[in-house]
Amino acid sequence: MNVALLGATKGMGRALARLMAGRGDRIFLLGHVPEETERSAGDLEIRGAQRPVKTALCDLLRPETFCNALDRAEEELGGLDAVVVTAGLFGTQEQLEEDPDWAGRVLLANYANTVLFCEEARKRLLAGGGGTLCVFSSVAGDRGRKPVILYGSAKAGLSHYLEGLDHKFRAAGLTTICVKPGFVKTGMTAGLKPPPFAGEPAGVARRVLKAIDRGSPMIYVPWQWRWVMCIIRCLPRFVMRKINF
Amino acid sequence: MPLEPYPTRLTAWGRYPHADGLEVKAEDLAQGTLRAALCRGLGRSYGDSSLPAVEDDVVVDTTLADRILSFDEPTGILRAEAGLSLLELNRLLLRRGWFTPVSPGTQHVTLGGMVASDVHGKNHHVDGCFGEHVTGLRLRVADGRIVDCSDHNEPELFRATIGGMGLTGHILEVEFPMRKIPTPWIWRESKRMPHLDAMIGGLKGAAGEWPMTVGWLDCLARGKRLGRGILIKGRWATADEAPRKPPRFKGSLRIPFAFPNFLLNRFSMKAFNVLYYRKHFKRIKCGIEHPRSFFYPLDALDNWNLIYGRRGFAQYQCVLPHADDNGPARRFLELFASEGAAFLCVIKDCGPEGKGMISFPRPGISIAMDFPIHKKKTQGFVDRLNEMILHEGGRLYLTKDTFTRPEHFRAMEPRLEAFGAVRRKWDPQRKLRSAQSVRLLGDTI
Repeated sequence: MNVALLGATKGMGRALARLMAGRGDRIFLLGHVPEETERSAGDLEIRGAQRPVKTALCDLLRPETFCNALDRAEEELGGLDAVVVTAGLFGTQEQLEEDPDWAGRVLLANYANTVLFCEEARKRLLAGGGGTLCVFSSVAGDRGRKPVILYGSAKAGLSHYLEGLDHKFRAAGLTTICVKPGFVKTGMTAGLKPPPFAGEPAGVARRVLKAIDRGSPMIYVPWQWRWVMCIIRCLPRFVMRKINF
Repeated sequence: MPLEPYPTRLTAWGRYPHADGLEVKAEDLAQGTLRAALCRGLGRSYGDSSLPAVEDDVVVDTTLADRILSFDEPTGILRAEAGLSLLELNRLLLRRGWFTPVSPGTQHVTLGGMVASDVHGKNHHVDGCFGEHVTGLRLRVADGRIVDCSDHNEPELFRATIGGMGLTGHILEVEFPMRKIPTPWIWRESKRMPHLDAMIGGLKGAAGEWPMTVGWLDCLARGKRLGRGILIKGRWATADEAPRKPPRFKGSLRIPFAFPNFLLNRFSMKAFNVLYYRKHFKRIKCGIEHPRSFFYPLDALDNWNLIYGRRGFAQYQCVLPHADDNGPARRFLELFASEGAAFLCVIKDCGPEGKGMISFPRPGISIAMDFPIHKKKTQGFVDRLNEMILHEGGRLYLTKDTFTRPEHFRAMEPRLEAFGAVRRKWDPQRKLRSAQSVRLLGDTI
């Protein structure tokens, strides 16, 4: 599989890229710190990815980098089978409430710019006869919740966009996969108290790779979160106001 | 995204003591270590070496920095970030016929930790410690600079960092040659040894022919049976001995909660030790063995430290000089058997001293054992053990230590002066420190 990954230097993206490398996929890395993507490229080569693993600059806060980055990926790989987006910004609700600049960046990167990136990727995948677009949203987007109001609102928008994309383009050959991670123990969540059913990046990556192979339109990782969110979505508003989940 | 340290409560493998501090956990080790007092890998040292000295000291959890940066197949030279675990390295490279030149008794350690503790293994009598093989380190030193050191570049800093418990600089990257092995399987031979003289004689006798040796001791046996145990010898199997398929990756079991304290007592430990000895029915057994059960038998149980219950446990490891009559080791075991009760006890003959400035091993017999912590008794017990070591001219392993008093440690370690000089040069304000360095090396809070 020829796959371009945005945000695979860290966390779940890193774990997913390593699994893909382990089965010998051709990988192209997109990221906003060239030195980091280069280091990750070396790691993936040793783990079995087809050599060489090349990289290009792509910054979610700078949409002007998207076109060129995806063009480079397509050119180097000789056609794209899949594009994976795990990149995103995070801040706790308190941090984002206090710092509007930070909140602005989170909203911009996680919603508007991710959607713009996906639009560019979609065009290229469709032009190449179809493929898979796998994007990491979050369970935070399933319901307005007190600890993730701002972050969750951007992820809610992203989840809706991905669902629509899947409805419209699946027949044309574009499989869109919306991954909704619950709490996963990564650098992003370091310092937060893990709730029950907290997952590990490696386990998440295995499930996501299976979903990519099968073409499942939406998955929760770890799997328990599907049922947790099913309950949360059913709760009446007066209960949601009371609880701090 | 800025790296904000967050408050945490840490403990190491012995689950005693606990310490409050600030933690940073990030893929970017270079940034994470900027304000840090200490780095910590998988927390497999037993005592307080990986714990913060005070509440506002920042400890970096390095485990997310686990990328392999380069691996040169012809020479085997590997360079990786310090948080890469030995487990991951084995998972990737053992099947391809590569193994680390030295491996400790668990694979749940990071490369950075292997350097900081200068770990040794079953091949110490031939290959020395891990640090002997390290060809380069990248450090973040106390003044914030990033320094590459090796035998040729800043050799003093390099030697002090090997076995330096992370007190000379934060280890960011490690470079060393992996070793090509004939097959990923082990040919093992084990033999029951009826007493200490036989055991030490067996270790010394096997040293010439076998690249890997270790002894397990029934440390509760006394009198004529003192020091009885099982001598284990191994080498990499040759292609015609080994199974065709590479060893399968073995899963491990988890203990769901800490066992009640009373479960591990003198009687259950005695029973375990006798059974373990008796299980070895034949006097000599030999055959092909899975590398994990040979190198890392305890890794089959993910969190075996919970067996000791909530009170936690301590490990004690020392090396005693060789003697014709095995007197030092005998006296040590007698003292131990009369007072303590240990669950597991391991004996190994050490080869020559390595380049690490305050590395643990020296020629002699190393004995390691663990015992549950008893609030009133343990301190006095360790004091008596230390006084004996001091008297015999032995030495203590910092990675395992929780209770040693500074005066004992200083008396055992004439090498501390040189180590202190390197620290004074690179870290005059003593920004890098751990709970252990405050306890033993006189670092101030």
